[in-house]
Amino acid sequence: MDVLRNKARDLLAQGQVQVVIGYEAGTGGARRPSFVRSEADVARLVWDADCVGNLAGYLTRAEIKKMGKIAVVANAATLRALLQLTAEHQLAEGAVSALVVTEEGAVLELSNAQAVTEHVATLPASLSAADREKLDQLMALSREERRAFWEQELQRCIKCYACRSSCPMCYCGSCTMDCNRPQWVPVASHEMGNLEYHTVRAMHLAGRCVECGECGRACPVGIPIHLLTCYAEESVRRQFGQPAGTSATLNYALGTFRPDDQETFIR
Amino acid sequence: MADEAFEPKITAFVCNWCTYAGADLTGTSRLKYQSNIRIIRLPCTGRVDFMLIQKAFARGSDGVIVSGCHPNDCHYTSGNYHARRRWMVFNDLMEFMGLDMRRVTFSWVSAAEGAKWATLVNEVTDHLRELGPYTEYQRLLNAGVA
Ligand code: SF4
Ligand code: SF4
Ligand code: FES
Repeated sequence: MDVLRNKARDLLAQGQVQVVIGYEAGTGGARRPSFVRSEADVARLVWDADCVGNLAGYLTRAEIKKMGKIAVVANAATLRALLQLTAEHQLAEGAVSALVVTEEGAVLELSNAQAVTEHVATLPASLSAADREKLDQLMALSREERRAFWEQELQRCIKCYACRSSCPMCYCGSCTMDCNRPQWVPVASHEMGNLEYHTVRAMHLAGRCVECGECGRACPVGIPIHLLTCYAEESVRRQFGQPAGTSATLNYALGTFRPDDQETFIR
Repeated sequence: MADEAFEPKITAFVCNWCTYAGADLTGTSRLKYQSNIRIIRLPCTGRVDFMLIQKAFARGSDGVIVSGCHPNDCHYTSGNYHARRRWMVFNDLMEFMGLDMRRVTFSWVSAAEGAKWATLVNEVTDHLRELGPYTEYQRLLNAGVA
């Protein structure tokens, strides 16, 4: 932890960055985002296994970008999101430095996409073991059982859009969900509108979701909503071989095609 | 309502340049097919947003057909290739969410395939008549807020 704090202090003191985004102690032992802008504040920074949040969502916010050059304390999910955002031209190459704390407690500074890409290649699969198991369980069910599962879950959705707000990949300034002339998807937390909203969200994240689980953690009513986007992501990976969050130059899988894409259901 | 009285409502989203012309050829060739279908003409399959399919169900369709030019024949060169990728993910995702994808038929019907269109529509209509109304989707409309 001291190594990380010292690194942050150096970067700020030398003026190499104007803000270090990391984690600090939150309520109930949880970790929350921390925006460290002065050397006096580096003592707030913490790093441990509870630092699970994906901080990449802040990197594209105008009010954060205004602060100047950014260094972000990055876990695996944050690194993947950083690459994906770069691939989607939301972050300029090299605009953000990633600070990675190794298992040995050293701090690596990854200051360009190449370095991040190489580091991400050494990491284990992005989907957590628990989510992997849950996905496999759902896939083993019959269609009716899966429908019942999602109906149960989605009818509890209160349409707070926390899943959308928490996702680093949901950076559009205005969202079709908020369009009310015409109103494409009903805004009320009605089962039909809920199904439509979550279909749109999953389809829009297919090929882009870095499987960080942030949306599921953000949900106030505990819907494991990340399973939908993770499934959509997996579908793209399985069918088109494109894993999101692994390269800064990946073409959007649904914005391109191959003439020999293989399907089994078109008549 | 007795079962034999059920007639499926089918919405077909077709592209202007191939399937719509193909369906027209079915008519001008005086080939008969079942009339359960409502055709909606779009410029290209690339225009078929996945939400159109869900909206068709939300408005009471029991089945949906999506059809356009064969690969390599799209009037806009690659609209159908892009659409195909989207359908591949959509089809998979909807299966995962438990929607009844037996009710959605994707196909390629060219402007010369009037007979294929008639056969396709007849087969889909018969199949949907067996499956019955898509009540599990239509139920959602009246669920929640009364
Ligand atoms: S959809 Fe959820 S799991 Fe995927 S990148 Fe966004 S927040 Fe992470
Ligand atoms: S965070 Fe949960 S309750 Fe809020 S919109 Fe997303 S799924 Fe619904
Ligand atoms: S014009 Fe027919 S699929 Fe594009």
